[in-house]
Amino acid sequence: MSDDAATQELAALPGDALREGVVQALRDALGDALLDSLIKPNDDVWVRVRTDAWVQAGHVLRDTVGCDYFCFLSGIDWMPSPFGRGEDDPTAPAPERDSTIKQGYAGGDTRMQVFARVTNLSKHFGVTIKADVADDAPAIDSWIPVYAGANWHERECHEMFGIGFNGHPDLRNMYLPTDFEGHPLRKDFPLLARLVKPWPGIVDVEPLPGDDAEEGEAS
Amino acid sequence: MLAVDLPYWAQSLLRVLGGTVAVLLPAGTIVYLFLFKMMSFMQSRLGPMEAGPYGSMQLFAEVGKWLQKEDLAPDGADKRIYRMAPLVVLVSTFLLVAVVPFGPDAYFTNFDAGVFYMLAVSSISTLGILMAGWSSANKYSLLGGLRAAGQLIAYELPMVLAVLGVVIQAGTMNLQQIVVKQNSDSIFGWDGLGNPYILTQFIGFAIFMIAVQAELTQTPFDMPIAESELVSGYMTEYSGFRFLIFFIAEFATAGVFSLIASVLFLGGWGVPFSWFGWDAATGSVDNWMNVAGPIIMITKMMVLSGIIMWVRFSYPRFREDQLQRFAWKVLIPVSLLNIMLTAILKVAF
Amino acid sequence: MTDLADRQKLSYIAAQAADARLNVELETEGMTLNIGPQHPATHGTLRIIVRLDGEQVVWAEPSAGYMHRGYEKLTEVRTFPQVTALVNRIDWLGSFANEVPFILAAEKLMEIEAPPRAQWIRTILFELSRIANVGLFLGDLGVQLGAVTPVFMAFRDREHVLNLIEGATGGRFHPNFDRIGGLKDDLPAGWIAETKQVMKKLRNFCTEMEDLLFGNEIFQSRLRGIGVIPAEVAKQYGLSGANLRASGVDWDLRRDQSLPLAYDKVDWKVWTHPDGDSFARCWIRLQETRESTLIVDQLLDTMPSGPIMAKVPRIIKVPEGEAWVSTENPLGEMGYYVVSKGDLGPFRVKIRSASFNNISIVPWVLRGVYVPDVISILASLYFILGDIDR
Repeated sequence: MSDDAATQELAALPGDALREGVVQALRDALGDALLDSLIKPNDDVWVRVRTDAWVQAGHVLRDTVGCDYFCFLSGIDWMPSPFGRGEDDPTAPAPERDSTIKQGYAGGDTRMQVFARVTNLSKHFGVTIKADVADDAPAIDSWIPVYAGANWHERECHEMFGIGFNGHPDLRNMYLPTDFEGHPLRKDFPLLARLVKPWPGIVDVEPLPGDDAEEGEAS
Repeated sequence: MLAVDLPYWAQSLLRVLGGTVAVLLPAGTIVYLFLFKMMSFMQSRLGPMEAGPYGSMQLFAEVGKWLQKEDLAPDGADKRIYRMAPLVVLVSTFLLVAVVPFGPDAYFTNFDAGVFYMLAVSSISTLGILMAGWSSANKYSLLGGLRAAGQLIAYELPMVLAVLGVVIQAGTMNLQQIVVKQNSDSIFGWDGLGNPYILTQFIGFAIFMIAVQAELTQTPFDMPIAESELVSGYMTEYSGFRFLIFFIAEFATAGVFSLIASVLFLGGWGVPFSWFGWDAATGSVDNWMNVAGPIIMITKMMVLSGIIMWVRFSYPRFREDQLQRFAWKVLIPVSLLNIMLTAILKVAF
Repeated sequence: MTDLADRQKLSYIAAQAADARLNVELETEGMTLNIGPQHPATHGTLRIIVRLDGEQVVWAEPSAGYMHRGYEKLTEVRTFPQVTALVNRIDWLGSFANEVPFILAAEKLMEIEAPPRAQWIRTILFELSRIANVGLFLGDLGVQLGAVTPVFMAFRDREHVLNLIEGATGGRFHPNFDRIGGLKDDLPAGWIAETKQVMKKLRNFCTEMEDLLFGNEIFQSRLRGIGVIPAEVAKQYGLSGANLRASGVDWDLRRDQSLPLAYDKVDWKVWTHPDGDSFARCWIRLQETRESTLIVDQLLDTMPSGPIMAKVPRIIKVPEGEAWVSTENPLGEMGYYVVSKGDLGPFRVKIRSASFNNISIVPWVLRGVYVPDVISILASLYFILGDIDR
C-alpha cells in the first residue's frame, strides 16, 4: 500500500489490498489475539491467531471479511520426522537427526498447529488461518458453529493428529478402525512399510526431453 | 372340430405340453430377441455372439449356469415360504395362459368368465412377490416386496377398468367370443377390418399397456426391483434356479400379457372374417386357422412385447409416490371416463 | 400419611409407565438400512447408514474410509516428482487433473513457470480429463435412475477421449504426465486433428444426452426440486464445482484466479443455475462438458509452439515455503497445501479433495427424503470414492 506504483501493478490481480484488509479487520476485531500474519504479494495471506480466539477469528472471517466459503481444515505437525524419509537401512542403527521444530509461515510456538482455509467468493481471495495447539493436550474449539462443513474435517484432523475439538458432537474415527492406536499423520508415527524395507526409488532422476537426453541415457 | 377324438388323458397331456410351450417359447424368444439383442443394439454393442449362431444358444448356457448353482437360502429366512415364492409367481403365469385362445379350436379352456379369471389369476403373482420379499429376511427385499404390493394393487385397478371397456363393447367376458366379435363386427357399418378394439378402445389399450408395464415391474415402473436403490428388491437373496424361475416368470408374464392384450385389442388369432366370408354365428371358420392362428398371435405378441421392452430400455424409473399418483390421479379417472363413454356409445348405437 | 403419599406416587408412576408403553407400542420403530459398502449405487465402497420411517429417511450418515490409502502420509516419503504418481489415483476418472494443482504448487514454490506450450497442453489435457470424468457421470446418472441405455453411450464416447489421453500421455487412466516445469512429452503427430474430430463427437453426445435424459419427463420429475441446497449452506459446507454453481454461486476457479493455465486465453462461459436441486447439478455438468469441448477446440487453434519444459535442475529440491494451489477439477475444487522444508520431498501435503466436502453435506441434505431420492441426490452430488478417502 505504501508504494503507489506497486499498488497500481498489483491492483490488476485480485487481491493484495484486500489481503491487507483481511489482516486489518482481524487485528481490529481480535486485538493482540492476532499473533502473526504474512502477505505474499500476488499470492496469499497467512494469519495466526491465539488458540482461544480461533472461533472468534472464524466469525470475523465469515461475517466481516466475507470469507463465507469453507475450503478445508487440517492440522500440521512441525516436528521433523525421526524416521527421515524412510530411506534408512533397517539393519543398521538409526542415524542421528536434527529434531528442532521450525514452524512455517506466520510462525508458531507449538509442535502442532491447526490450519484452515476460507475463501471470499465474491472478491476472489482466500485466507489461510493457523492456530497453535498445546503440546501436552492438543485441543482447540470446534468451528462447526461457524462453518458447518468443518465437521468432517475436524473428525479427520482428530484421528490423524490427535487434536481435540471442543464442542464437536461426534469425534469418531472416519477412516481408521475404532480401536486404532496412534495418529498416523503425526511425524513420530512410523510408516511401517518403509521401516521394514526402505524404498529404492528415493532418488530418481529422469532423463528430461531436449538437452539432457544423451546424458540421461548414459547415466 | 378336430379330426380325431383323443382320450381325456391325451387331451390333458397335450394341454400341459401346449401350455408349457406357450409360456416358455415366448419367454425365451423375448429374452433372446429383446433382452439380449435389441437392448444391445440400442446400446451400441453386439450382445452375446459366441454361444451358437449370433449367440442364439446363450440362453441355454445361462439356464445351464443357473441350474448348476447352489440353492441358497439366508439363515434368517422363512425357508419354506422363501422356497415357494418363485413357484407361486411362475404358477400364476401358467394359469394365465390357460384362457388365451390361439385359434378357433386351439385353446386350453374356453369358459365364459375368461376375462374375470384372467384378472383374478394375474394378481396371484403379487402374493408370490410379497412372500419372497417378506421371507428373505433382508431389508432390501422387504422394501421391494412392499413396493411391489403397493404397485401391483394400484395398477390392477386401471387394468380392470381398461378391460371393462372391451367387455362392454363386446358384451361378453369370454375371450374367445371377444376375438370372434372383433373380427366379425363392423366399425360404423364398415367391416373391411372387422373391429379390432384398438381402434375404438384406444384409450383402454393405452391404459392397459401402461398397467401391464407396471404389473410386469418393467422400467419405468420397476421400483420393486430397482437395482440401483434396492440392489434387486424382492429377488436380492435369490440365486440359482429359484432366481431362474423369477427370471422366466418375468419374461413369460410379459409374453402372456402381450398375448392377452392382442386378444383384447388386436383381434387375437383372427383375420377379419369378411375377407373369407366366414360367419361367426354359425362358427364356420376354416380349420387352417388353428395353425395360422397361433402364428398370428405370436406375431402380435412379439410386437407388443417389443414395445414393452423398448420402453423398458429407454426410460428412467419413477419414484414410488409418483407412480401411485400416476395410477390414482391419471390412469383411474381416465379409464373411468373411458368406460362411461363406451357405455354411452354402446347404448346410443 | 406417608403411606398414602407413597401409594399416590406409585400409582402416578404406574400411570406414566402405562402411558409410556402405549406410546412405545403406537410409535412404529424405524428401520436402519445400510446402503453400502457393497451397493450398486455407491460405485465404490461408500457406506451410508440411513434410518428409515417407511421409505422416508429420518437420519443419514455416510461412513467413508473403506478406501483410505493415506496419501497425505505417503507424500511425506516421496520426492516431489514422485508424488504425481500417487495423486493420480485420487480422482481416478480425471487423473491428469489431479496432477496439475500439485505441480503448480511445486512450481510456485520453486518460482518457475512452464513454457506457454506446456501450459496450453496442460489445459487441454485438464479439460479432456474433465470430459472423460463428467461424460461418465452423465451416463451413470441414467443408471442410478433406472435407465440402462445412456451409460453405454457414455462409455462409447468416453472411449474416444481416453484414446486421446492415451495417445498424448501413454496412460489411459493414470497418465502421470505432468512434470515440474512442464510436461513429459510433446503431443504426437496427428493428435490435434484427431482431437477436433472427437470434440465434435462429444458435442453430439451432449446433445444426445440432453434429448435422451434431460428432456425426459420422468427424469425431470425425479430430479427437479429434490435435494435442494441453498447457496448459503453450500458455501458453509465447502461444496465446489458444479454443486456450488448449481446453487447459483458464480464461482469457477478456472476463471476466478490467475494460474499459469491457458483459461484466460479462450472465450468461455461459466454456467450457473439458480435452483440448487439435483436437476440443476446434473444440468450444469452437461453444459460444462459441452463448454469444455469448446475450450479444447479454441486452445487447439491457438496453441503456441516452443519448448514444453522449462529449465529445471536435474535433482529437484523445492525451496522452503508453503503454497496453496487449487484448480477447478471435474469434481470440484481440488487443492494442495504443500509445505516444503527445502528438501527432496514435501514436508506435508494437505490434499483438499472435492468429494470429501461434497459428501459431507449428505447428512444435511438427505434428511426427510425418500429412498429413491437418496440415490438420485448422491448421484447428482457426484463423488468418487478415491476422492473422498484419498
